[in-house]
Amino acid sequence: MRPFSYVRAADAGTAIALVRERPDSAFLAGGTTEVDLVRQDVLRPGLLVDINDLPLDGIEDLPDGGLRIGALARMSDVARAPAVMERFPVISQALVLGASAQLRNMASMGGNLCQRVRCSYFRDPASPCNKRDPGSGCAALSGFNRGHAILGTSDHCIATHPSDVAVALTALDAAVHTSGPGGERTIGMDDFFLLPGDTPQREHPLEHGELITEIEVPGAPVARRSVYLKFRDRQSYEFALASVAAAVRIQDGTVTEVRLALGGVGTRPWRARRAEAALLGQPASRASFAEAARQELAAAIPHPMNAFKVELAQRAMVRALTTLTDGER
Amino acid sequence: MNVDTDVAARPAMRGPSAEAVTLTVNGQARELRIEPRVSLLDALREHLGLTGSKKGCDQGTCGACTVWVEGRRVLACLSLAVACEGREITTIEGLAPDGGLHPVQAAFVEHDAFQCGYCTPGQIMSAVKLLEEGHAGDDAEIAEWMSGNICRCAAYPNIRAAIRGVRDAGGGER
Repeated sequence: MRPFSYVRAADAGTAIALVRERPDSAFLAGGTTEVDLVRQDVLRPGLLVDINDLPLDGIEDLPDGGLRIGALARMSDVARAPAVMERFPVISQALVLGASAQLRNMASMGGNLCQRVRCSYFRDPASPCNKRDPGSGCAALSGFNRGHAILGTSDHCIATHPSDVAVALTALDAAVHTSGPGGERTIGMDDFFLLPGDTPQREHPLEHGELITEIEVPGAPVARRSVYLKFRDRQSYEFALASVAAAVRIQDGTVTEVRLALGGVGTRPWRARRAEAALLGQPASRASFAEAARQELAAAIPHPMNAFKVELAQRAMVRALTTLTDGER
Repeated sequence: MNVDTDVAARPAMRGPSAEAVTLTVNGQARELRIEPRVSLLDALREHLGLTGSKKGCDQGTCGACTVWVEGRRVLACLSLAVACEGREITTIEGLAPDGGLHPVQAAFVEHDAFQCGYCTPGQIMSAVKLLEEGHAGDDAEIAEWMSGNICRCAAYPNIRAAIRGVRDAGGGER
């Protein structure tokens, strides 16, 4: 591991100013991705600004029934917060199905959204990778790409976004609040996670020194009946091959409201808007669920090793929807 | 929030070379000279001689380095030691009073919950917390909430039996 300097900030303004001062500096929150990648020589910070003492770990109720989750709230604390479990079970389930108990105790919510991809070529400095070393090429295109994305890919990058909870937050139209050199702003999930295009090194629109302070989840009564399903190579402590965040409201056998997002298959947490549009007003039946899933995955670009994900993602969507509507179909 | 001015009360910059860092380990303040890049695991093992916490993968995938920071089970390999300054650290060496065994340690012996023993300190530090957290309801729940601790010898059935044993004796939950 290369040497670096360290400083612990007590307030956000100081932390932001310290990071802003040096182009080679970075915030340090839970560190579960960052320390690992520094050790792998993938990240090379000259200064880490520890933000763990900042008072940003609260979970507050909003008047509209939504939540404001502090960026430094730990995954484990958010997962077991009564407000989250009752009103947004899909968030709690996505968190508990991610990583391990130890990692969930360490990892912050803001850090979760900023976590880097698990592509083995990104994590190996000897391999070409447009995300790590822009212009060097993408070793995954012709390499071992079983875990890689089939939606939102480009000729420059097919790495899968690894977060589970970001999938739930995307389905729920959450937004991040940030504070930075340019002041404060709010960025919706759709704008926060960038498609790789020809700039895969840019994963989100944050400026250097811009800090996520809170995650806001708007009130959504539909989320009281929501679920996160995750399919993977082993039963626990593994990233998704395909996952689904789903919430649905049925009236008189008809879908009147639905939220769907996919994980494990997209270069970003994948809001399944085509499927949502296809489902609205349709009977809550296995046939309409399957047709909506088919339409969403019609845009998939599979590679030889991950072609199975096209079918897996569709079945996962159907399973999530049938699970939620059991007894109403 | 004003971020356009210079840092007002500039906090102490540490490193990149070795500096004095004080860690509170098993109730004792320990001073050591380390660089900021030193992990908590290396600080414990290489600088403080506390070799109970094991280095398996050094990348957060095996759980052999599981310790408690502020009473929560975490991975020492992905923690920077300097970032643990001012926080309470507990290792397997501090689990039981001098010479004795914690009930979970005793249960691991009783149920033969290991073969080579390399993952065992991490398994035990994780298991004690799993019991406190109330996640020992049944074998499926134990397996899920212990999934961050890998056992290359696959002693999992006996590890679960040890945890059930402590649970059934009422030695777990806070």
